Amino acid sequence: MSALRGKWLALLCLMPFALFFVAFQIAPLLWVASNSLHTAEGWGLGNFSEAFASPFYRQAMRHSLEVAFWSSLIGISIAILGSYSLRQVDSKLRDFVMAFTNMTSNFAGVPLAFAFVILLGFNGALTILLKQAGIIEDFNLYSKTGLIVLYTYFQIPLGVLLLYPAFDALREDWRESAELLGASNWQFWRYIGFPVLTPALLGTFVILMANALGAYATVYALTTGNFNILPIRIAAMVSGDIFLDPNMASALAMILVGLMTLITLVHQWLLRRSYHVSR
Amino acid sequence: MSHAENRSPLFHQLVVYALMLILLMPLLGTLIYSLSTSWSATILPSGLTFKWYLALWSDARFLSAFGRSLLVCFAALALSLVLILPLLFVVSYHFPKLDAVMNVLILLPFAIPPVVSSVGLMQLFAGGPLPILGTPWILIGCYFTIALPFMYRAISNNLQAINLRDLMDAAHLLGASTWRAAFMVVLPNLRKGLMVSVFLSFSFLFGEFVFANLLVGSRYETLQVYLYNMRNDSGHFTSALVISYFMFVLLMTWAANRLNKDKS
Repeated sequence: MSALRGKWLALLCLMPFALFFVAFQIAPLLWVASNSLHTAEGWGLGNFSEAFASPFYRQAMRHSLEVAFWSSLIGISIAILGSYSLRQVDSKLRDFVMAFTNMTSNFAGVPLAFAFVILLGFNGALTILLKQAGIIEDFNLYSKTGLIVLYTYFQIPLGVLLLYPAFDALREDWRESAELLGASNWQFWRYIGFPVLTPALLGTFVILMANALGAYATVYALTTGNFNILPIRIAAMVSGDIFLDPNMASALAMILVGLMTLITLVHQWLLRRSYHVSR
Repeated sequence: MSHAENRSPLFHQLVVYALMLILLMPLLGTLIYSLSTSWSATILPSGLTFKWYLALWSDARFLSAFGRSLLVCFAALALSLVLILPLLFVVSYHFPKLDAVMNVLILLPFAIPPVVSSVGLMQLFAGGPLPILGTPWILIGCYFTIALPFMYRAISNNLQAINLRDLMDAAHLLGASTWRAAFMVVLPNLRKGLMVSVFLSFSFLFGEFVFANLLVGSRYETLQVYLYNMRNDSGHFTSALVISYFMFVLLMTWAANRLNKDKS
């Protein structure tokens, strides 16, 4: 039958895609997953217990989580404030700033690290300005605090782009109704605003966390691989010149993926139970 | 007028301007740095000049890195289109149930950071039947996975909007074969969505560093790797490079936005 032949032909059309997707996405992941279980003594969880026992690797994990958490928290706070205010200003300014935010979301990785060195490095213009004003004593961009500032910068545009539509859920007439019923501004946010926005806020937070956990280019360009953080550790063990250990790299990579999977699962769970406004 | 004023109290305007200032600062700093003769240990630069841009745009190594980046990105986008279009057409016309599976699969490139994939890619393609590690070919394959989630969603939304099944049925009724209908009827209707997704994907592929550095590095120096390798050069020179790169990406995003506006 020609209908059946059509189905087979259609399946054939899927093959090139499947081939490339398996070769460049699935197979590498499977290789990493299986090699993480591969130790000198054979198969087992040896790499993982070694990773969790080593203070050095534990420090890398802690740094990853700390930088991701704080940059996401500060980033989302600025994004909440910014996107809410964006809704309150006139459309000309709003459109301009939204377009600008969209544009800066492309400003990441190596170029961003360079820009921050110019601005906030040891001789950066902003560092000198803030020092002269007496606001800061000293600022080290190449430290954990410096990284948090840098990561926060690339979290803000993403946060605004994700949160701005979420404020749609908050209808203006609810605010008016609440006001008519005698609710204060604080009460409106405490009992209506935040509960309605919570799923969107948590979802955005989780995406920002994942974004920061996987970031490699920025921190690598800034510290040339001298800051102890998971993505740097992983890459150093497969591409460094001194110490190569692809199995340990795989185990650390799986730990990173595990952290991100956990975060994605939380995200899915939050999405399912999120509050939906009927339109 | 008074209504607009009511809705935009000074506070919100200040917040919006502050947000813009924060986002603008690193860019502005780099721009000024790229235009100044020297700027160290002072708040303002000592003089202005275009010489860094002239030096950059007459540097053969920069120009070839730029060319390589363009080549890899466009090759990857062409490959993505060739792979994703038939997939989407087949999924939405023949196997609509597969869409749910695809929506999970296309999350993988998002969920798996490039640094993780690189570990596997480096071992898999170092030897064996396909020893393409260190060549641009491996980048083209990897960039396809980066563009995939984005392109799949954009084109899939577009396909839903044009009512593929009705369009195909109408074409069949008029005597067109499935192939002819796909090429002559469906594809022209998708043109704008395709263009937008290509331009936007281009802007982030062009800025990709992790795969480029770990899998290929200086063996086929793309723009981002060149930028990194120039880190010990004059900061003014690298600033001119950053600004030039950013302007180019900006042009691409602007083109995509223009196309997007025309559509609606």
